[in-house]
Amino acid sequence: MTARVFPTVAELPSNRTAFLQDAEAIAAGIPDGALLALPPDYSLVAMEVVRALIRRKAKNLRLLGVPILGMSADLLIGASCVAEVETSAVSLGEAGLAPRFTEAVERGLLKVKDATCPAILNGLQATEKGVPYMPLAGIAASDLVKERGDWKVQDDLVLVPAIKPDVALFHARWADEAGNVWVGRRRELATAAHASRMCLVSFEENKPGDMLEDELLAPGVISSIYVTATAHAPRGAWPLGVPGVYGVDDTHLSQYAKAARTREGFQRYLEEWVLTPRKSTSPA
Amino acid sequence: MGPYAKEEHLACVIARLLGGARHAAIGASSPIPATGAFLHQQKDRTFRVSLQQRRAANPFTEGSRELFDLAGQGRIDTFFLGGAQIDGAAAINLVRADGKRFPGSFGSAFMYPMVPGTILFREEHSRRTLVPKVEFVSARGDPRALLTGKALFSWQKDKRRFRLESIHDASLEEIAENTGFAYDVSSRVGKTKPPSEEELALLRGPVAKLVAADYPDFAKRVWGM
Repeated sequence: MTARVFPTVAELPSNRTAFLQDAEAIAAGIPDGALLALPPDYSLVAMEVVRALIRRKAKNLRLLGVPILGMSADLLIGASCVAEVETSAVSLGEAGLAPRFTEAVERGLLKVKDATCPAILNGLQATEKGVPYMPLAGIAASDLVKERGDWKVQDDLVLVPAIKPDVALFHARWADEAGNVWVGRRRELATAAHASRMCLVSFEENKPGDMLEDELLAPGVISSIYVTATAHAPRGAWPLGVPGVYGVDDTHLSQYAKAARTREGFQRYLEEWVLTPRKSTSPA
Repeated sequence: MGPYAKEEHLACVIARLLGGARHAAIGASSPIPATGAFLHQQKDRTFRVSLQQRRAANPFTEGSRELFDLAGQGRIDTFFLGGAQIDGAAAINLVRADGKRFPGSFGSAFMYPMVPGTILFREEHSRRTLVPKVEFVSARGDPRALLTGKALFSWQKDKRRFRLESIHDASLEEIAENTGFAYDVSSRVGKTKPPSEEELALLRGPVAKLVAADYPDFAKRVWGM
C-alpha cells in the first residue's frame, strides 16, 4: 500500500475541499497576520490546530471571536502569536478570567477591538449576504459605539460593517468523502464559514459517503462549498468538548487557569501540553 | 441566616421577581439566576427557561445568534446581567476598571436595552462594585431590579434612581457604607423574606436536579449532590 500524499493549503486546487494530513498541515496553511475567526469554548474549537499554530510559531494573528473567545485565544495570546483581538469577551467560563489575555491587555501588549455578540454575528451575516453593513438595534447607548470608529450610528440603529475573516477555523464531529463537515446545532460555525475567504476544519471521525444524502444528518452539515480543507484530528477539541463524543475536561481547564496566572506557569504548561505533540494529543 | 444556604435565599428572591414573566434566557456562569428561574417554573409551568450555554439539549439550534434574534423580536422578557461595576444610573461595566481588564461586554450592550425585564445580579455588594459612575458603559437599560448578596433594590424609571426595598442580612447603615451610589429607601424597607418551607422543598428536590445538569460544582457546593 502506498502512503497517501497530502497537499499543503498553498497547493490546493480551487473550489474543491482538500484532505490534508493532520492538524499541523492546517496550521501551516494559516498565514501570519491572518484575520482568524474562532468559536467560543462551547462550540467545537480546533484545539489541536491551535496547538500546532503555537508549535509553528505563528505571528501577528488577528483573532475574531464568534462571538466570544476562551482557552484557544488565551493560549495563542500567551504564546505571542496574536497582535489584535476583536471579540465580545475572552473568558474561561467557570474556570474564571483568561489570564494571558488579561495580563496582555493590562500591560498594553494587545490591541482589543471590543464588540458585543450580536454586532459580530451581524457583521458576519453582512458578508454572507454580500452587503456592506448590517443594522443592529439597541446598542447605541453603549460606550462600545464611541470606541468603534467603524460602527456608524443612524437614528436608533448602529450599522456594523461586514466582517470578512481570512480564515474560519473549527473542529467538526465528522467529515465525509465529499468534503462536507458536520457541526450539528453549532450554526455560528456555518456563519463564520460562509463569511470567510478560507475555511479550515479539523474533524473527529471520518464518515463514509456523502452526508447530504442523509436527511437526518444534512441539517447539521456545512456543505463542502465552503470547506477549503479538512484534516483528521482525533480528540482534536480536547480539553474542550465534542458534544456526544467527549465532554469538556473541566479539571484540565481549571489546571490551565491556575498555571497560566504567571508567565512561568504558562510556559511550563506549553512545554508539557503544547510543545510536546504526542503528550498533548493523548491526554490521561 | 436560617437553616438554608445564601444561594437558596437569593434564588428565592429572584423567583419572586419573576411573576408574570414568560421566557427567561440565562447566559454564561449564572447558577443562582438559573436556580431562581427553575424555582419560578415549578410554580408556573408555562414559564420557559432557556440556558444559552447548555452543554446537552441546548435549546438554540441556529447558533448563538438565535438568542439575540429572539430578544430583538421581543420573545425574551427576562435576562440576567452582572458587572465588574454597576452604577446608580443602572449602567453596567464588563470591560475595564481601576486598571484591571475584565472579559468584555458579551451580549449585554444589546440584551439590556432589548429585554424588558433584565435583572441586575451581583453577589458582591461593595463600593468597588456599586459605584457612582461606571468607568466604561458596556450597556444601559431599565432593569426590573438590582439584587446583591446583601439587598434588593427596585429601579425607578422616572427618577432614574434605585430604591432600597429589602435587606437580607445587614443593617441599613451597613448597606449605606457599602453602596457607592446614592439611592432612595422605600418607606416599607425591611428584612428580605426568608425562603418558605415549600420553596426550600422545591429547591432541594426538582430544582436541584435541573440545576445540577449544567452547574455540577454549584449543585455539589449548595446541595451536596
